[in-house]
Amino acid sequence: MSKLFPKSANRLPLQIIVYLFVLGGIVTAATTYYATPKYTRVGYAPVQPVPFSHTLHAGNLGLDCRYCHSNVEKSGHSNIPTAQTCMNCHSAIKANSPLLEPVRLSYESGNPVPWVNVHVLPNYAYFNHSVHIARGVSCVECHGRIDQMDVVRHAKPLSMGFCLDCHREPEKFIRSPELVTKLDWQHPEGVKGQIEQGKKFVHDWNVKPPQSCSGCHR
Amino acid sequence: MRYVYLTTFFVVVLTVGVLGFRGCTATKPPLEVFPDMDRQGKYRPQAESAFFADGRTDRPLPMGVVARGDLRADVALYQGKGPAGEWVRGIPAAITVDARLLQRGKERYTIYCAPCHGALGDGNGITKSYGMGATPSYHDDRIRIQAEGELFNTITNGKATMLPYADKLEPSDRWAVVAYVRALQRARAGTVADVPASHKAELGIK
Ligand code: HEC
Ligand code: HEC
Ligand code: HEC
Ligand code: HEC
Ligand code: HEC
Ligand code: HEC
Repeated sequence: MSKLFPKSANRLPLQIIVYLFVLGGIVTAATTYYATPKYTRVGYAPVQPVPFSHTLHAGNLGLDCRYCHSNVEKSGHSNIPTAQTCMNCHSAIKANSPLLEPVRLSYESGNPVPWVNVHVLPNYAYFNHSVHIARGVSCVECHGRIDQMDVVRHAKPLSMGFCLDCHREPEKFIRSPELVTKLDWQHPEGVKGQIEQGKKFVHDWNVKPPQSCSGCHR
Repeated sequence: MRYVYLTTFFVVVLTVGVLGFRGCTATKPPLEVFPDMDRQGKYRPQAESAFFADGRTDRPLPMGVVARGDLRADVALYQGKGPAGEWVRGIPAAITVDARLLQRGKERYTIYCAPCHGALGDGNGITKSYGMGATPSYHDDRIRIQAEGELFNTITNGKATMLPYADKLEPSDRWAVVAYVRALQRARAGTVADVPASHKAELGIK
């Protein structure tokens, strides 16, 4: 009998238990790292039908976001601009560029340019742009430095935890509503100044972002 | 046991190798881990529809339909025209001209007009250097003497190579912009005599 199980087999149960703990740890770590929107969504940058660059248009030319996304402060949905918006300029600038062919086709036919949607919440979550813009939440909090992106890239996770981080402490983020489209704006007095001013806004405007489930799952 | 740990280690390396790190740029649509009710059978704005022939969920209004409260019977307010079809002079009575209106006009002007017409209205916006040479200056006499209604109409329906801005500016905002354009023209023609006494010092004028 002693031939079948060597002495070292006595340590086996303990070793297996230790291994299971290690494995459990690895699986937990992998899940928290990979199975959240921080991994699944951030970095999504689809290839668009027209290589439209926000760096050029919003950054260098200094166009305000609302020149194109003109409904963002009026409605819940922030619109992708019509082809006419592009043709305002591109009927004269680079009017024959082959890159702009889909835009010209769309302008003539009335069919939309097939832009690929980047930021999409699950349908059971309710989101509204105009509320946030009116309360001085800048685009940069949820979309990152769009004005430095040649291709729009999903910069923030937009998960429920992400929304709640701000809804619990809005004073850390809100600014004067005229500054929402200035993506490089930071409070001149740093974090301390931001929180001080934020607290004042929260108090003056009676800001109460919803934290109860029915606020966002209606 | 050493082999078990080694295998585990290789599996980890393999996983990280295949899945990469957080925040890597990817062109593939994000994975939906539990896709239960993420995409429901409802229409969202500007989304795609398999039902309608033109493939969009946003439906255009049928010809001749007027939405409730959207009749726009006030021709002066919505078209800038008087009873005989002439351009109205002055801002319609339905709009109160005050500092708030001008402030609003300034903000809207900066967003929608300044890229071409420039912050001063002299036609030297950023696009001039890229080839939009036709942008006129508001300080030409031709535009100075235009009626407010005609300026309103230029914004609403466009003019020659300038396309309309009616989809971006509500009628009230268009009047605000018109008022601000008038303010710009007034400012350009201003003289020292127009500066209020209380502000002379800060401009260094005696
Ligand atoms: C000249 C017009 C223009 C301007 C100005 C502009 N955008 Fe865009 N934006 C677009 C177009 C066209 C798209 C769709 C194509 C794409 O995703 O690249 C887009 C896409 C986006 C998207 C991704 C939409 C999605 O599918 O999820 C975001 C977010 C966005 N813009 C934010 C901004 C912000 C913030 C600013 C201001 C700094 C801005 N945009 C300025 C034209 C514009
Ligand atoms: C305010 C004016 C303006 C608007 C509005 C505008 N663009 Fe542009 N666009 C420019 C300028 C200026 C350039 C740079 C031209 C150059 O480099 O000489 C440019 C360049 C481009 C280019 C590169 C063209 C090439 O051949 O290199 C693309 C693509 C483009 N724009 C797409 C768009 C799209 C799509 C829209 C509508 C959402 C749009 N633009 C709206 C001013 C504008
Ligand atoms: C509080 C967070 C937040 C802020 C602030 C914000 N967005 Fe968004 N944005 C979102 C979310 C969430 C979505 C996805 C919406 C959906 O799926 O219905 C989105 C979607 C978009 C889209 C794509 C809409 C579509 O479905 O095609 C555009 C364009 C956009 N945002 C532009 C802007 C601009 C411009 C600003 C600043 C003026 C801005 N956003 C500010 C969270 C935000
Ligand atoms: C950077 C801060 C910030 C982020 C991020 C943010 N919110 Fe908000 N949210 C606010 C503020 C501020 C208000 C306004 C509260 C008020 O007016 O009392 C608000 C209000 C709301 C409301 C109430 C709107 C209404 O009509 O009553 C909803 C719903 C909402 N947010 C959903 C979301 C969702 C979903 C996300 C994540 C995609 C999100 N928010 C991310 C700051 C934020
Ligand atoms: C600030 C807005 C907000 C509030 C408040 C909120 N949620 Fe959410 N919730 C979201 C968003 C946004 C998502 C989508 C997250 C995603 O797709 O990553 C979500 C997703 C979920 C999901 C699905 C998660 C998944 O990955 O399948 C559940 C379950 C949920 N919420 C439950 C709740 C409950 C319970 C409450 C109340 C305690 C609540 N939520 C409050 C915004 C909110
Ligand atoms: C994309 C560039 C562009 C933008 C933005 C723009 N315009 Fe123009 N505008 C032009 C050009 C080009 C002309 C000259 C049209 C022509 O005569 O061919 C013009 C002409 C005009 C004229 C003179 C019309 C006449 O009677 O000759 C007025 C007034 C005017 N614009 C007002 C505005 C206002 C107000 C806005 C903002 C809502 C605006 N424009 C935005 C390019 C622009």
